[in-house]
Amino acid sequence: MYRYDEFDERFARERVAQFRRQVKRRIGGELTEDQFRPLRLMNGLYLQLHAYMLRINVPYGTLSSKQMRKFAFIARNYDKNFGHFTTRQNIQYNWIKLEETPDILQHLADVEVTGIQSSGNCVRNITADQYAGRAKDELADPRVYCELLRQYSFLHPEFSYLPRKFKIAVTGSPNDRAAVAVHDIGMRMHKNEQGEMGFEVLVGGGLGRTPYIGQTIRKWLAPEHLLSYVEAILRVYNMQGRRDNIHKARIKIIVNQMGIDKYRELVDKEWELTKDGALKVPDEEVARIDAYFAPPEYETLIDETALLEKLRAGDKAFDRWMRGNVIEHKVPGYAIVNVSLKATGKAPGDITADQMDAVADLADRYSMGEIRVSHRQNLVLVDVKQAEIHELWRTLVALELATPNLGLLTDIICCPGLDFCALANARSIPIAQDIARAFTDLDELQKIGQFTINISGCMNACGHHHVGHIGILGVDKRNEEFFQLTLGGSSDQHASLGDRLGPGLPQAEVPKAIRKIVDTYLVVREHGERFLDTYRRVGIEPFKSAVYGVESQAA
Amino acid sequence: MALIKNGELVESSFVDVSGASEIPAAGSVIVSFEQWQAQRTALLARGAPLGIRLHSDQSPELVAADLEHFALVALEFPKFRDGRAYSYARLLRERYGFKGELRAVGDVLLEQLFFMLRTGFDAFELTSADPLRDYRIALADFSVWYQPTADGRPTAMQLRRGKH
Repeated sequence: MYRYDEFDERFARERVAQFRRQVKRRIGGELTEDQFRPLRLMNGLYLQLHAYMLRINVPYGTLSSKQMRKFAFIARNYDKNFGHFTTRQNIQYNWIKLEETPDILQHLADVEVTGIQSSGNCVRNITADQYAGRAKDELADPRVYCELLRQYSFLHPEFSYLPRKFKIAVTGSPNDRAAVAVHDIGMRMHKNEQGEMGFEVLVGGGLGRTPYIGQTIRKWLAPEHLLSYVEAILRVYNMQGRRDNIHKARIKIIVNQMGIDKYRELVDKEWELTKDGALKVPDEEVARIDAYFAPPEYETLIDETALLEKLRAGDKAFDRWMRGNVIEHKVPGYAIVNVSLKATGKAPGDITADQMDAVADLADRYSMGEIRVSHRQNLVLVDVKQAEIHELWRTLVALELATPNLGLLTDIICCPGLDFCALANARSIPIAQDIARAFTDLDELQKIGQFTINISGCMNACGHHHVGHIGILGVDKRNEEFFQLTLGGSSDQHASLGDRLGPGLPQAEVPKAIRKIVDTYLVVREHGERFLDTYRRVGIEPFKSAVYGVESQAA
Repeated sequence: MALIKNGELVESSFVDVSGASEIPAAGSVIVSFEQWQAQRTALLARGAPLGIRLHSDQSPELVAADLEHFALVALEFPKFRDGRAYSYARLLRERYGFKGELRAVGDVLLEQLFFMLRTGFDAFELTSADPLRDYRIALADFSVWYQPTADGRPTAMQLRRGKH
């Protein structure tokens, strides 16, 4: 993985020193809270319901065991022994003291991790496919370009006060695991007709109160123009994006107001003037960064599928876990192992300091010291020998990190909600816990098959509810929490926004409604199709009747 | 209101008459885009150095063809969160080749000076108690930059390539 050189290292250190000064000025009264707010946000520090929350980047979801141990250290010494992985490949700490933040950031900078631009109206953490560089279905490894974008975006003098936040995601696989279509800029790596690798660029996707699927602004972009093209998109947005209304300030709003063709025209006009300038990416720099992402030294191994089949045949629990949690690796004899952070009764994405240390140890022992973080709030060990999977699984079971639910109904995405978040209208974590408790039969979960439930505690949609096969949105009606269900959302290469099922439900009704939807699906599905495919085939009516009954449908 | 130009505390040689109903007969003045449009000939006939002040919704593209007439362009930050002028500054320096004074006016805060310097501003209207100290702090924060911009400071990428 990428390692800081002397320049990156110095930059990270200087950033901490700057923030230390800014915190001192705030505490000393030289800065008003209004003036300090964007400064702390651009270092990842939020003021939440009960305390400060610190959001730290895991750039493109790649983490070393050393960095994970530092996360554990922070959780233990500066928080309440846990952290929370988010839908943007960040980790969040919920109980932070302002005056301790510069020290925390220094500890993190020591292992080449920052909170820079994890919030604020600027370019946020660059995210990617969590299996980048390892997945068998991948066309190209996007991480070298993510790293170029990371450096390019850090403290960009022109784009640190954009109209609103700006999120970029990249996938190198045709099977989109990075949700690129719901980002301000999404990129899909693919080859053009001449066989050259480049990017399809999407713009204007996003969730929140006005969700949109991104539209293609350019079918193919040469990698050497990556930065100049992104700069052209950002410049047009910075000058033309709305600043009069925070709810209409995201790029998706102007892209959809003026239309993608007009936006493309403005970007192309800008880009023509800059594409061959200082931002052209030199081959040497690509090569320098790419060298860090060279595959590790794999052993020449034979495929051990037969051995694993034998173990699976004799152990139902292992078999269940293998089905969803283990993914094919591009190198024979190796596998990608997902570590579920969705144990029944736990808050999705939460992990204790002890578990972090344990995962770091397992990464060192079984996976060449590397850990990945997925936008679905799970962890991944990407270089595990097939021959050692069974042993690894037994350890994970003991750590409560082997829930065999990856990609299944209880692999729920969930934001922190009203238990922590100052923006939330409703508590999302208890809903996730209730649903998980209602579906504990593992055989049944596998029978239901691939399923995503995404829960947000408010319309800001941090839990990506619009793109869950079932989405759940918490709303506040006269000081009571209600939950609106949407069906048919998806964030993959065939992204779609969910359709609203009907009026909001009280908390106690939500697991029952999910049960009715699932039962209906199991009755009408054909040939083991996914819930999403059944929904797309039969539409919303059967599910509406199942949840609300025939009368309320007529009413 | 103090003015820092090229790192020195200076007196402005311009009088800002943008929005005023009368423009004095002599002396260097800063006018609004509207005044420039309405009184272009008269302003040029004064024979004194001229500056123009643009609101944050007025792109310098509006005056790109007229820049030879201006010794100064003042770009407004109505609120420090309004970042349009960072783009305008780069356009003025990098695209339109403006060599005169580029002055940041309005809600200009210490913590944003670094970004302003990097996008091509060389003069700043500051309201702080010790503007020169603020300026020096802002300048001293960083020694590494990742983006090639108008100030010409070498980027980390360029330094790496020079080194190898």
